[in-house]
Amino acid sequence: MSLLKVDDVYKAYGDLLVLKGVSFQMEKGDIKVIIGPSGTGKSTLLRCLNGLTSPDKGKIWIDGIEVTDPKTNINKIRPDIGFVFQNFNLFAHLTALDNVSIGLVKVKGMKKSEARVLAMEELHRVGLEEKAGSYPAEMSGGQQQRVSIARALAMNPKLILFDEPTSALDPELIGEVLKVMIDLAKGGMTMLVVSHEIGFCRAVADEILFLDEGKIIEKGHPSELLTNPSYQRTKEFLNKIIKLYGEERDKA
Amino acid sequence: MTGFFEFARTYLPVLFEGTIVTLEMWSGCMLVGTILGLFLGLSRVYGNKPVFVLSSGYIELIRGTPLLAQILFVYFGLPEIGILLTPVVAASIALGLNTAAYQAEYFRGAIQSIEAGQVEAARSLGMTQIQAISSIVLPQALRRVIPQWSNEPILLLKYSSIAFVIGVPELMARAQMIGYSTFRFFDAFLLAALIYLILTTILAQSLHTLEKRVSILPKSK
Repeated sequence: MSLLKVDDVYKAYGDLLVLKGVSFQMEKGDIKVIIGPSGTGKSTLLRCLNGLTSPDKGKIWIDGIEVTDPKTNINKIRPDIGFVFQNFNLFAHLTALDNVSIGLVKVKGMKKSEARVLAMEELHRVGLEEKAGSYPAEMSGGQQQRVSIARALAMNPKLILFDEPTSALDPELIGEVLKVMIDLAKGGMTMLVVSHEIGFCRAVADEILFLDEGKIIEKGHPSELLTNPSYQRTKEFLNKIIKLYGEERDKA
Repeated sequence: MTGFFEFARTYLPVLFEGTIVTLEMWSGCMLVGTILGLFLGLSRVYGNKPVFVLSSGYIELIRGTPLLAQILFVYFGLPEIGILLTPVVAASIALGLNTAAYQAEYFRGAIQSIEAGQVEAARSLGMTQIQAISSIVLPQALRRVIPQWSNEPILLLKYSSIAFVIGVPELMARAQMIGYSTFRFFDAFLLAALIYLILTTILAQSLHTLEKRVSILPKSK
C-alpha cells in the first residue's frame, strides 16, 4: 500500500480550473519534487493533501485512509502530514520552543514539560537549540523556516509537504534551510516538495513531477528530467529556472 | 472659590459614596460588555450566516440608537414585560449591552488582523478550529486590541454618569444633589469632575501598563 495516493484530483476556484486530473503515488521514504510555472496549482495540490482545501473531484489516501472522504476526521490525520509553508507561519506569540511543542500539548495531549523536552530535540535537529527562547520576530527567515520544520517534525509525521520553503528567503539564507531538508531526506523522511531548487532535486530527489496548467505533464528521475526532458514545455521551463536561479547553487 | 476646601471636606465623603456606586456600575457593565463583545466579535468573524446576521444586526441596532434611550428602555420599558430591575442593575446592563457593540468591533478588527497563515499552520498540526482560535488567534488578538479597546473602559466610566436619570445614586447624581441643597453647583460639579479625571487617569495608566506588560517582545519599545 502506498503511503500517499492521489487519484484524478480536480480543483477549481470559481471559473478558474486549477487542477485538471492529477494522479501520482508515493512510497515510504520517497522524495518527490514538484516543479512548474506559477499559477499551475502546485500549492493547491499540496493543500488538498492535508485538507486545507478540498478537491472538487478525485480521491486522496494517506497510508490507506481516504483524506477526501467527508466521514474522515481530518484532525486525526493531519498530525501525520507535516506542512511547511512558504511564509513559515510561526505563531508570533510563542517562543521557538513553544512553537514546536504546542502541537504535542494541544493535539497529542502531552504534558507541557514532556513536550518541551521533545521540542528541544527537534530544535537540536535543525541546529537551533540556542534559539529556543526567541520569538519569531527575533529570528531571521532562515531560522524561522527551520523552526517551522522542527514544528512539523515534532508531530512525528509520516510525510512532510513543503510548499516553496525557500521562496520567501533572502538568497544567503536558503542554504541553511536546504541543508536541513537534505539531512531529513537522507534520514529517510518521506517528502513532497514544491520547489525550484535544482540543487536540492539533484542531491536527493527520487522523482521530479512537472506540473503545468493543472496536469502532471512529465515526470522522471532528476538525472533524466533535468538533462533530457521529453517535452518542449518542460525544456523551456527548465531553461528559465536555471537562468533565474543559476547553476552555481547546484553545488550547494 | 471662597471656602472651597471647607466645602470639599464636608461633601467629599458623600461624593465618595457616589463614586463607589459609579465603580460598581462600571465593573458590572465592563464584565457584561467585554464577555458579550468578545462573543459578538468572534461571531462576526467565524459565525455562519445566521449568527453573522444576528450579531451584525445587534451591533447596528445598538450603535444606531442613543445610549440614553437604551437606559430608559431597560429601566422603564422592561418592567412592562415583567422584568423589574433595580436602577444600578438596569444601568449596568444597559451600559454593558451598549459597550459590547463597540467592543465587538474592536475585537473583530484585532481577530482579523492575525494572519490567516497562522491558523492554517495550527490546523495543519491537527488542532481543531476552536483550539486554533483559543491557542493561537486570541492570545495575539487580545494583546493587539488593548490600545483601541482601552477607549471603552474610559468612556464607560464617564458615560455611567447618565445613569442619574433613572435615579442611580452615583457620583454625578450626588453632585447634583449637593448642588441643590447648597446652591453651590460650581463647586459640587468641579469636585465631581476632578474625581472623574483622577479615576480616568489611573485607568488609562493601568491600561497602558497592562499593554506593556503583556506585549510579546517587551524589549522592543
